[in-house]
Amino acid sequence: MSTVAPAAGAATTELDRDASIALYRRMRLIRRFEDTIQSLFQRGEVHGTTHLYSGEEASAVGVCSALEPQDRVAGTYRGHGHALALGVPTGGLLDEMLGRSTGVCGGRAGSMNVVDLDHQLIGCFGIIGGSIAAATGASLALRSRNGVAVAFFGDGTTNHGYFHECLNFAQVMKLPVVFVCENNLYGEFTPWEDVTAGQIRSRPEALEMSAVTIDGNDVWTVHAAAREALAHARRGDGPYFIEALTYRFVGHSRSDPGAYRKPGELDAWRQRDPLKLARAALADVFDVGEDELAEIEAAVDGELEAAVEAGLAAPYPEPGIARQFKD
Amino acid sequence: MEFRQAIRDALDEELARDERVIFFGEDVARPGGVFAVTPGLQEAHGSDRVFDTPISELALAGAAFGSAVCGARPVIEIMFGDFLPLAMDSLVNQAAKYWYLSNEQASVPLVVRSAIGAGGRFGAIHSQNPASWFTNVPGLKVVAPSTPGDAKALLKAAIRDDNPVLFLEHKRLYSLKDDAPAAEPAEIGVAAVRRTGGDVTIVSAMKGVHDCLAAAELLAESGIEAEVIDLRTLRPLDSGTVLESLARTNRLVVVEEGPMTGGWAGEILSLAIENALEHIDDAYRIATADTPIPYSPTLEDAFLPSAQSIASNIRSRLGVSTAEAVGFTG
Repeated sequence: MSTVAPAAGAATTELDRDASIALYRRMRLIRRFEDTIQSLFQRGEVHGTTHLYSGEEASAVGVCSALEPQDRVAGTYRGHGHALALGVPTGGLLDEMLGRSTGVCGGRAGSMNVVDLDHQLIGCFGIIGGSIAAATGASLALRSRNGVAVAFFGDGTTNHGYFHECLNFAQVMKLPVVFVCENNLYGEFTPWEDVTAGQIRSRPEALEMSAVTIDGNDVWTVHAAAREALAHARRGDGPYFIEALTYRFVGHSRSDPGAYRKPGELDAWRQRDPLKLARAALADVFDVGEDELAEIEAAVDGELEAAVEAGLAAPYPEPGIARQFKD
Repeated sequence: MEFRQAIRDALDEELARDERVIFFGEDVARPGGVFAVTPGLQEAHGSDRVFDTPISELALAGAAFGSAVCGARPVIEIMFGDFLPLAMDSLVNQAAKYWYLSNEQASVPLVVRSAIGAGGRFGAIHSQNPASWFTNVPGLKVVAPSTPGDAKALLKAAIRDDNPVLFLEHKRLYSLKDDAPAAEPAEIGVAAVRRTGGDVTIVSAMKGVHDCLAAAELLAESGIEAEVIDLRTLRPLDSGTVLESLARTNRLVVVEEGPMTGGWAGEILSLAIENALEHIDDAYRIATADTPIPYSPTLEDAFLPSAQSIASNIRSRLGVSTAEAVGFTG
């Protein structure tokens, strides 16, 4: 059982310069997407509620960059990052948030329930634990195709029935599923340690499941852990558990200013911003210059601006459409 | 052929026909199921496709959903219908909504088999009919056969259906026998007229159909000819067959084994009122009381609709007899 975290804070040699730049670009895209959603929400263009992923980008990007095409992913209600990390088109995802017919689910799903099977995303789930259930089931079907299913979920979900039932189910059946707990220290508004007995990783370990706790803000560390986990699951050694320690820079949802944070906590985590860490590592390890980074960032910003312009001009679904179920 | 054998045969034939079909649940494989419905399937189809699971209804339903989305055609058994609430998130929030929310990217071809119904002295949490908890869910189909032939034909259809299907098996029917069922799947959503008659239309499902047929014989002794409709599927409902019969008899009685309040019987009365008010001389329900299901034999027997109580209520309502009606009516 591997319980030792890979060394944090440095780019690994598993990914070359271009691949490493691509990780940064994807994280930057997620950050800018979430900034954009927040602004559109304030303008009344994004409806209901949103759960932003800012601060946790390294987790989704590190894991999803290690997948094979036959693998599948289940995300959470905080799932924009999971979707973008998988390559769900920025415009299609944004349009879904805007409730437009051009959205990736035609405006039927909204923020919490995005599905894009063309991009390996079997779904995002509005109730905690849904991702664990979906991925456990998916692994049952994927095992004959050398595929692995990945479930993202938060620390709060480790107290949920799905967590205990599905981890046991997957372990006794040696299913090819990787459980990625994004421990961002809070279940909604409540510190995880106030409502969670013991250490999270001790729970999979009690099931004799391979488990590791890693720095979830270092994208190369996450990528390396995901590679190991996926290889483990793919060769038939059963499920694998990753606890990625991370932090969300925003409140739980739109109405939450995050007043429960401890003094100085946010500032401390800002120092460990996954984008900042990646930017520094790209410069140090791959000698990526400021000009090149600025060019990448400008390209991402341009992509978002174009998506917003197109999205706001896109049509809403025809209200009269109420399609029947297939039979 | 026994009802339980018909279900086993349907599973056996579909597992053989389509390699995407898998079957799993608590005690279904090596033990062969608590009601001895599924022995031998694991030996015939292998432990990768037919297997026992932990006692984990959440995981079972979640695994059914996730595997269905990824190309399998799972059939699971939730041992007693009373345990379905434990599986409800995956069935209601995930499986039933998926086709619609995903903008029709993928269907969810799963089947949940579950043993339901009272009369076995199992008490309040092993005897319920959960149909009405699920007939309220768009995206789910609810199939409720009354005969071995239908059990086989409808289970085959359920497994081939691209939607999530809840397949209800009344415990008191497992030993029921009829002739060798047809090999072909039946169409889901089509009711059957089990007995024709011009005086009153009685609608029911599962074991209730047999009670209603027996009640119809009792009514015939009083000169009342009842038409008995077996719904066979509770969602979607075959309103056409019900309304057509009502137009001829002008009287509608719906018999549901389940609490009156919020039950599917009320849905059928609504259909009649909305679509055929001009044909209605009378329309009402016979259901169980709004209490938990009692254990003691005398209490459970009094609680359930029976041929006698159904016949007595209909006679009373028609004014054919002054005999006091028994049972609970609307």
